[in-house]
Amino acid sequence: MQQNEKNTEPPIIIVENLEHAFGDFKAVDNISFTVKKGQIFSFLGPNGAGKSTAINVLITLLSLQKGKASVAGFDLKRDPQKVRESIGIVFQDITLDRDMTVWEILEFHGRLYNMPDDERRKRIDELLELVQLETKRNERTKSLSGGMKRRLEIARGLMTRPKVLFLDEPTIGLDPQTRLRMWDYIKGVNNEGTTIFLTTHYMDEADHLSDRISIIDHGKIVISGTSWELKNTLGRDIIYLETSDNDAAVRLLKDLPAIRTIKVKSRGFSLMVNEDGTKVLPGILDVLRNASIELTTINLKKPSMDDVFVFYTGKEIRDEGAAPARGLFLRGGGR
Amino acid sequence: MKGRLLPAACSCVEEGDNMAYGFMTIYWRDMVRFVRFKTLLVSSLLQPALWLAFFGIAMASNFDRLTAGMPVLPGVRVVGYLTFMGAGIIAMTTLFTSLFGGIVILFDKNWGLMREILASPMNRNHIIFGIGLSGVTKSFIQAIIIMGFGILIGTAFFAGFTPLQTVISIGGILAFVAMFALGFLFLSAGIAISMESPEGLQGIITLLTMPIFFASNALYPIDTFPEILKIVSVYNPMTLLITGIRYFAIGPDFVTLGKHYVYLPMDIAWAFGGLVIFTVIMFTFAWWRFRNAVVT
Repeated sequence: MQQNEKNTEPPIIIVENLEHAFGDFKAVDNISFTVKKGQIFSFLGPNGAGKSTAINVLITLLSLQKGKASVAGFDLKRDPQKVRESIGIVFQDITLDRDMTVWEILEFHGRLYNMPDDERRKRIDELLELVQLETKRNERTKSLSGGMKRRLEIARGLMTRPKVLFLDEPTIGLDPQTRLRMWDYIKGVNNEGTTIFLTTHYMDEADHLSDRISIIDHGKIVISGTSWELKNTLGRDIIYLETSDNDAAVRLLKDLPAIRTIKVKSRGFSLMVNEDGTKVLPGILDVLRNASIELTTINLKKPSMDDVFVFYTGKEIRDEGAAPARGLFLRGGGR
Repeated sequence: MKGRLLPAACSCVEEGDNMAYGFMTIYWRDMVRFVRFKTLLVSSLLQPALWLAFFGIAMASNFDRLTAGMPVLPGVRVVGYLTFMGAGIIAMTTLFTSLFGGIVILFDKNWGLMREILASPMNRNHIIFGIGLSGVTKSFIQAIIIMGFGILIGTAFFAGFTPLQTVISIGGILAFVAMFALGFLFLSAGIAISMESPEGLQGIITLLTMPIFFASNALYPIDTFPEILKIVSVYNPMTLLITGIRYFAIGPDFVTLGKHYVYLPMDIAWAFGGLVIFTVIMFTFAWWRFRNAVVT
């Protein structure tokens, strides 16, 4: 269904040198990116990285302070009205009137966007079926579960058949099963042709859903690419070792040609290698054995999105509140 | 997943120019909420009647006794205190309902619901108009209840009027109530969109209510006020509203509490004109606050 061959079309979102500051604090600092039509594009970053600020500028809730941006072919500065008509939004927190019914929520939204009566009513029926809320039609939203509320919000975001659907942290606070189901909905919506702009601080979510990911931290885009490309920048494999003398081991190993980067952890260190890890490993073991360094733990794995994230931002994303863990990087050799 | 999310050609959102009725959407939602909260609905309708019943009857029985011995002007109708203050109660109820009418905006803002509206193509002025319209509707319902209940407990509203005069008078009262209500709804909306907490809004409203209500002719004539207070009272929108209501509900020529009231059509036109000016200023204020509102 998805039409990937539409590569000649101009990108549906174009952002050039976008900046947004609150007073002296630059929440978004000179970012540029494009999103192709039909893609799922993710902003992956920790809380406070500037994801929501960027999304709020793109959906016209915040003014465009500096830079250029267009959404669905309309310039954000010149045609904000047209942009608003072309997009759907699911906000970060639940934004449903607790005392309105499921049907009224969608009816209100359709009216807000001036949809004709018959079109609006038909669309509500379709969407309630899509998100499996037909039986809840006349219930007030306060009686819905968290997952149902999110589904209703996604339905609302789709009411006007937007060209781009913005999802700000769509699965925050949902249980694992509901998350998986939500991912299916998002994929399904995308398969029907809606471009999706997603922000998340869940690596697995970005990894699972996105055609392209931009990692954003301190208001800047650190790196962009497909999930595969991002993982590949770390090398093919990651080897984790714990030894009797980690410092000495790192000194010995850092100059091996196959090793791209070494990352020191609290009890051991990780080697990111350019080649097949299983082939490199015997050589590494030889080096350690020759130096009489005793090996206590060994582990070999493919780089995950977590590894990519930690590598490029220097911190692990935890759920809200936890302090970021500090990672120390040794690149090429210098400290 | 059913495969019918995207139609061949999308014409679902009409052009922005056609959105002249956006305020009806805001109005619809506010009315849905108004009838949904039964306790609030009943109490808001009962409260003005209770004011009239308790405060009105208590004060009237005292004032009427005090003024019983006053000389009567020949040929001029003497109107009891209950009738006199009945007009004030309509005005007071309108004032309270309107000043609190904007609070929904603050709740929408704090609960994140305002984002949906502000990110939609609808012009922001429609939020102001929609809230205004629903507030006016509520005030109409309340005014009619007070008039009906008032006549039931003995206010001499529309006494001696022909049916046609009564209908015209009710229309006149509602026109005054509408203009006054809009002014204070706009003020309330403008404050609400600028505030962070409901407590703060409540504080400001309470602060405003006191002088507006008591520096007016709602409960007593203003002629005996000290000079400065009198000036404030004369230009108080509340006084302008009550003047209009008394003209239509009681008549152009009557005596209450020993004061002879004579309203010329010109006075009434001035009063209404004053309310129009007030409402235009308040709309400008609300428009300015909404234009600068950033809600994320």
